[in-house]
Amino acid sequence: MANGGNKAEEGAEIRGNILLRFAAPPAFYPLAGRLVPFFAILAAVLCAAGLYVGFFVAPTDATQGDSYRIIFLHVPAAWMSMFLYVVMAFWAALGLVLNTRLSGMMAAAIAPTGAMFTFLALWSGALWGKPTWGAWWVWDARLTSELILLFLYLGFIGLTSAIDDPRRADRAGAVLAIVGVINVPIIYYSVQWWNTLHQGSSVSMTKAPSMAATMLVGMLLMALAAWMYSIAATLSRVRSIILEREREAAWVRERELASAGGTA
Amino acid sequence: MNWGSLDAFLAMGGYGLYVWGSYGAALLCIAIEVWTLAHRARASKEKRP
Amino acid sequence: MGALKAIVSRDLRLALRRRGDVFNQLVFFVIVVTLFPLGAGPEPNLLRAMAPGIVWVAALLAAMLSLNRLFAADHADGSLEQMLVSAHPLGILVIGKILSHWMVSGLPMALLAPLLGLQFDLPQQSLAVLTVSLLVGTPVLSLIGAVGAALTLGVRGGGILLALLVLPLYVPVLIFGAGGVAASAGGLSASPHLSLLGAVLAVSCVVAPWAACAALRVAYD
Repeated sequence: MANGGNKAEEGAEIRGNILLRFAAPPAFYPLAGRLVPFFAILAAVLCAAGLYVGFFVAPTDATQGDSYRIIFLHVPAAWMSMFLYVVMAFWAALGLVLNTRLSGMMAAAIAPTGAMFTFLALWSGALWGKPTWGAWWVWDARLTSELILLFLYLGFIGLTSAIDDPRRADRAGAVLAIVGVINVPIIYYSVQWWNTLHQGSSVSMTKAPSMAATMLVGMLLMALAAWMYSIAATLSRVRSIILEREREAAWVRERELASAGGTA
Repeated sequence: MNWGSLDAFLAMGGYGLYVWGSYGAALLCIAIEVWTLAHRARASKEKRP
Repeated sequence: MGALKAIVSRDLRLALRRRGDVFNQLVFFVIVVTLFPLGAGPEPNLLRAMAPGIVWVAALLAAMLSLNRLFAADHADGSLEQMLVSAHPLGILVIGKILSHWMVSGLPMALLAPLLGLQFDLPQQSLAVLTVSLLVGTPVLSLIGAVGAALTLGVRGGGILLALLVLPLYVPVLIFGAGGVAASAGGLSASPHLSLLGAVLAVSCVVAPWAACAALRVAYD
C-alpha cells in the first residue's frame, strides 16, 4: 500500500529531523499519550475561568436579560466548528500530498469532535433564539450555514466509514474535505445573500448585545477552553485509530508484551 | 457577584430553561464523547488481531 | 480535443441506447414538481411564490439521481480503468463524461422547465430567467455530482451517501438559481443572481474535474 510514504518517514527518522520523527505513528503514539492529560487539564481550567467570568463577572444584559449568557457556549462552539473543519481539511490535504499515514488519521480523528461542536452551536442557537425572537428556528444566515456545515461533517464521516480500506477512506475523505473547505466560504456567502434578500427575517445572531469587555473575556476564555479540549479529544482518538490500524506492526506487539506485566 | 441566591442563579432571570438547556446539552455531549473515547481506547488496546 | 469529442460521442451513443434512463429522469422531474401543489394546495399566489424553489429542488433531486450513470457502468465493465491508464489526460476524459452527462440530464430539464413554470403561472420574464438559470446551473450540478459519484464508486450505501455528500454542496446553486427567478417574478433584476451563478460555474469548471480525477485515482489505487 503506502510503501513510498513509509520509506520517506523512515528515511526522515534516520536523518533525525524532529518534526518528521513524530510523523511516524510509533513515535507519535506515546507523545500523544503524554499530551492528552496536559490539554485536558488546561481545557478544564480555562473552562472554569470562562464560566466564572461569564456567570459571575459579566453583568446582566439590558435588552436580553440573562438569556444572553448562552453566548459563552454558542459562539465558542460555532468558532470551533468552523476552525476544526479547516484544520481537518488541512491534515487531509497534507496526507494526500505527502502520502503520510498519520495525517489522514488526524483528519479522521478531528471530524467527530467538529461535528459535536456544530451540533452544540445549533442547539444553543435554537435555545437562544426562542426567548429572544420567539421561534426555535429562525432562518438566520449564520445558523443556516452552521446546519449545512453539520451536513458536511456528517458527509465526511459517512464517506470515511463506508469505505473499508483505511487508506482509501482517508484519501477519499481528503478529496471531499478539500472540496468542502473550498465550498464553505461560497456556501456561507450564498446563505448571507439569501438571508438579506428575503427581508422577512430581520433577526440576526450578529446583532449580539454590544460587547462589554467582560463578556468578550468570557467568550475568549471559553473559546480557548474549547480549543484545548478539541486537541485533547483529537489526540486521544488518533491514538485509538493508530492502534486499530497498526495492529500488525512490530512496535504495537512490543508495547503489548511490555505492558503485559502491568495494566493493559 | 451577580446572584443573590442559588435560586436566582438557577432561574437565570426567567431564562433558566434555555440557559441550562444549552449548558446541560454541552455537558452531556462532552460526557458522551469522553466516555466514547475512553471506551475506544480500552477496546483498541485489548483487541487481538 | 479529439479525445474529448470521442468520449462525448461515445457517452452520448451509450445514453441513446439506454433512452429509458434519460426519460425516467425527466419523468421524475415532472412528477416531483407536480407533488408540491398536491401537498401544499392549489392556491395560485402561494404556488407562484413557491415555483422557483420547487422547480429548482426538483431539478436538484433529479440530477442527483442520474449521477450514478456517470461512472458506474464504465466501472463495472472495466472501461473506466482503461481510461485511467490510457495515454489521454484523465481530466479531458472526465470533462467529456461530465459534458455528455449534462447534455442528457441537465439540458433537457432546462428546456422542459418553462412548461413547468407555466403550471405555476409564472410571468413570461421569469420563465426566461428560469430557463437561463437552469442552463447555467445544471452543468454545476453535473460537475459537483461527478466528484461525489467518483468518491462513492463501488462504496456500499452508495446512492444515499452520494446524496448526503452532494446536496450540501448544491446549496449555493439552489440559492442563486431559485433566487434569480424569484427576484424576476418580483419585478427586480435577476442579473446579480445569474452572474453569481456564472461565477460558481467558473469555479466548478476548475475545481470539479481535478477533484473527480483525484477521487477516481483514489478509487483505483
